[in-house]
This record gives sequence, structure tokens and C-alpha cells, in this order.
Amino acid sequence: MRTTAVVIGAGQAGLAMSWWLTRRGVEHVVLERGEVANTWRRERWDSLTLLTPNWQSRLPGFGYEGDQPEGFRTRDETIAFLDAYAQRVAPPLRRDCEVTSVRARGGGYQVESTAGTWQCCAVVIATGAFNIARVPDLARALPPHVTQVTPTQYRNPAALPQGSVLVVGAAATGAQLADEIQRSGREVTLAVGEHVRAPRTYRGRDIQWWMDATGLNDESFDQVENLTRARNLPSFQLAGYPDRRDIDLNALRGSGVRIVGRVAGVRDGKLQLSGSLRNVCALADLKMNRLLNTFDQWATERGVDNEIGPVHRFAPTQVDAAPPLSIDLAKSDIRTVLWATGFRADYTWLDVPVLDNKGNVVHEGGVVMGAPGLYVLGLPFLRRRKSSLIDGAGDDARDLSGHLVAYIGERRPQSEPVLAER
Amino acid sequence: MTTATAKATDKPAVDNGVNVEALFGAQAALKQAPQAAQFKWRASVKWVKGTFSRSTIETFYGLGEEQKHKKPYTFEADHPEVFASEDNGATPVEIVLAGLASCLTAGVAAVAQARKVQLRSVSATLEAGMDIRGILGVDEDVRNGFEGIKVTYKIDADASPEDIKAIVAQSQKRSAVYDIITNPTNVTVEVA
Repeated sequence: MRTTAVVIGAGQAGLAMSWWLTRRGVEHVVLERGEVANTWRRERWDSLTLLTPNWQSRLPGFGYEGDQPEGFRTRDETIAFLDAYAQRVAPPLRRDCEVTSVRARGGGYQVESTAGTWQCCAVVIATGAFNIARVPDLARALPPHVTQVTPTQYRNPAALPQGSVLVVGAAATGAQLADEIQRSGREVTLAVGEHVRAPRTYRGRDIQWWMDATGLNDESFDQVENLTRARNLPSFQLAGYPDRRDIDLNALRGSGVRIVGRVAGVRDGKLQLSGSLRNVCALADLKMNRLLNTFDQWATERGVDNEIGPVHRFAPTQVDAAPPLSIDLAKSDIRTVLWATGFRADYTWLDVPVLDNKGNVVHEGGVVMGAPGLYVLGLPFLRRRKSSLIDGAGDDARDLSGHLVAYIGERRPQSEPVLAER
Repeated sequence: MTTATAKATDKPAVDNGVNVEALFGAQAALKQAPQAAQFKWRASVKWVKGTFSRSTIETFYGLGEEQKHKKPYTFEADHPEVFASEDNGATPVEIVLAGLASCLTAGVAAVAQARKVQLRSVSATLEAGMDIRGILGVDEDVRNGFEGIKVTYKIDADASPEDIKAIVAQSQKRSAVYDIITNPTNVTVEVA
């Protein structure tokens, strides 16, 4: 089969790209390994909610029209939202079509899938950055009686083996799961390395209101001071629960979670924990306060101080005087270790040499380097701070579809007509 | 608020004696040539008598070749008289504290320079608790090493207390000795 562009993945990014390609008159097909919002349907836990408020899901040609703009969608509501968006976009979609290979061929690309092979000029990879749960190498050294679970396998506390649980990692995923498992009546220990503390609500406004209003979410990849750091930053320690509660370390501690240092090694059946807990907490507090200072400064400059709540600061993260430095897994009741140590993208099907030594696609704002006509979409800080949010898909898809149209326009003379007549 | 109204050009250049341009240059160069980043640090020791020993530090490996300090440095270590020793030098655990102190303080200077903060004075005191029943084998449940280390900095600099705290926190984040002490390291001891 021949087409101009192949979009891989029908999440928010792939759908937004399809909307723009259709609008720009580019013939294309969207290949989806399962269904729309497949990751949400099959690879996430039951209680997961969106971390952004309902109002902040602005997609090209679509948005929130309900009466709870400040609420957070549940997993099922998110799936329904993306389904509704797919209906609106009406993309040329192939469901249950898993891409098995993409390679350069004849000045364009050949995309092989379980539903056939396409020849095309351009490929947009919209498969996301959170495909595979990262598990550190030291997981192999854990004793066999300990069950190891990743966030893509975890569903709810009842499905875990009996006993206490060690959650490793304190970004949004680890903090949420520690909170949920502890509240189910289990004893939870949370191992904490560098993390990003953030309040759900500040001065009466949601943190995402602040990120949006101050322009921080729109900050561009070519303006940010340290792009590599910005792209690798752990997620805000946030949940999107109806009670809008915080799940920072003080809150988790308050509900009984035991906070310990980063897991640094395994020796003789013992987990060795880093003595750096105090400093990673101090760093997180300092960085959060810096962010709040930025908000306050913006509010004063804009003269909106009187329209929002008063300036305040949150209690510093409490750390035990002597947090434990090891856990004896044989003696302790910990039977489950949940690795909330981040996700990575799966590019095993990508046969174009565009990955760096860490397995990331080398790209400039989504334009893949060294592979004309190849694009990525929906990765952290791809073009803007909001790039991996639903709210960021539209602007990035507009920019990159524009680049794509210019690219195929340049190569049109020596190839078949690529712009569909409309 | 005279400081707020002062022009940027009125401000003297920040100089903490750290060549951060060279460090940033090294950062960029090592991204291209990661093998040059492989260093080996060395020390040698000779027993003198009793608990007294003398360590010498002279050569190291890095940037793809053998390197040498300007001159050899020696460190004499012993134990105090309350340990029935002769106290010919600092106790090895105190030398560890000195290593941590120097590493963190070098980091403070470098981070301050990178953040354009002029330091006027930096000092710190370090204290580490230890239950010596561990090293004496009195109680197997007591560890040999420190129970904890407390470092207290006094810093006079052109920065807010918050910014000074951030510099000290960043210095810990980038410190080799802090990492060596807070995280486990494989140690192989052989007899040749």
C-alpha cells in the first residue's frame, strides 16, 4: 500500500496529528496496535486518573464541555474522552495493527505491520514515552520469595500478594501507588531518590492553572536552560483525586507510609538504602519554593494578587532523624517490590539508526535528526513543557504537520503527487 | 533597596577561584569522548609501626593517560592515646571526614561560581557518631562505621539564605565523597 504519511499510535498525539494532516490535505493512515487509548485501557492501574484538570485537555477541534472543569478524569472517563475525540477527528484508522518494522526505503519509508506493508514519504511516531516500565539491574539480585511488579502490571492493592509492600520511586506513579496501597490497609515503605515535590493546589488555584497562566507550560524547547535535564525530570508528585489531596512525602508519612532512601544495592539478601534522603528532600523543597516564587512574582506583576488566595509556604519535608540504611528482606514482611522507577519508550520495531546510546530518538523539537521525513510526537518537552500532556498534543502536531508538509512539498517534483486533492 | 537598583555593570565579576568555563568545557568535551572520563584514583600505604601508617598519593589515570600530581602528598594516620596508640597522626575515620569536608567545600565554591554568587567565607564543622563496640567486636549488632555524620556550614556570600542552602544541596548532589559515603561500593581486597 502507498500513502503519504503513516502515523503510528492513536492516543492524543496521533489523533491530533491526524486532525492536522487532514486539515492540511495530507493523505495518511493512523496505525494502532490495539484500540484508541490502548495504554489507558490495558497497561495502567484501575484507580489512575489524569493529573491535569478537565479544562486542560484542549485538543484541536475538541475540548471539555462538561460542568466540572476543575475535576480530574478517571481512567474510564479518559478512555471515553479519547474515543469521543477519535470520533470527532474520524482518522483513517487501522485498529489491531501492530507495526513490526519501519525502515528507510526508496527515499521514504517502508512500514511493516500485522495488517500489511505501507510505502510512504513521512512517518510520525506517536507511540509515547511511557511504553515499558524501567526496572533497575539490581532487581535481579532480589531473593525469589519477593514478588516484583511494575506499574504496567499492577492493577489494585487486592491483586498483590499478602504482606507489606516496598514501592521504589516517588514520582507521580510511586507516590500514588504508595498512597493507595497504604490506604488499603497494607504496610508500605517508599524508597525515595530525587523527586519533584508540587502541591495540587496553591493559593486556591490548581498547580496546572499556574503552569498554564504563567506560560511555563508553553516554554519552548529552544529557550529552556538545560533541555536534557528538563526532558528527564521526574513527574510532579501529584494525584488527581476528587478531594484534591496532596500526596507529597509529608502527606504519605501522615497516612503511615515509611519513607526511606533510594535503593542503592542488594547484598546478602538485604536491600541497601542510600543515606542521601535528607538532601533529596531538601532539594525538592528548595525547587518547589523556587517554583512558587515564580508564581508569586507573576501574580504580582500581573496585579492579580487580590483575585487569588494569599501567599503561603508548605511545611518542609519531614525526615526521620535516622532513616534505615538497609532492609533485610528475609526478616521483614515485605513480599512485594513495586518498581515505580520510570518508563521508557519502546523502539524495538524502529529499524532506522536514529537512537542515541541511551535508546532515545535524537530529535530537534520532534524533527528526527538524520532521517528526513521522520517525526516523533508526545515525548516529554518535545517542543514545549506541555508536550507530553493531552493539552500539548495540538500545538506540537500543528508545528510538526507544518514541517511535514514543507518537507513533502520540497520532494514532490521527483515523486508521485503526495497531496490529496480535496 | 540600593542592591536592587544597582546596575549589573556596577557589580564586580564573581571570582571564587574556580574556573567554571574549563569545567563546562570538560562537560561538553566528555559528551563527545566518554572514554576520556574514565579515571583511576590511587593511594599506597606503608605500615610504620603499631597502628601508625603512612599513605602516599602521587599518580592517577585520566583523560586517556597517566597523570601525576605536582608532588607526592603523604598522609600519616594513627590512633589516639585513649586507644593505647601513640597518636602519630589523625585517625583514619577522621581522614574520611576531612575528605567529605573538602569535597563538599570544593563543590560549594564551584556551584557558587556557576551561579555567579561571590563567596566571602566558607567554613564547616563535621561530627560523626560511632559506637566503638562494633570495631572492638563487643556486639555483633553494632556496625563498625559511623552512625551518622553531621556537617554544619557557615557561609558568608552575596546571596539569600535560600540560595545558599540551594548551593550546599547541589554540592551534595554532585559530590563524589558524599556519594561514596551514602551509597554502597564494592571493595575487593587481595593479597598479592
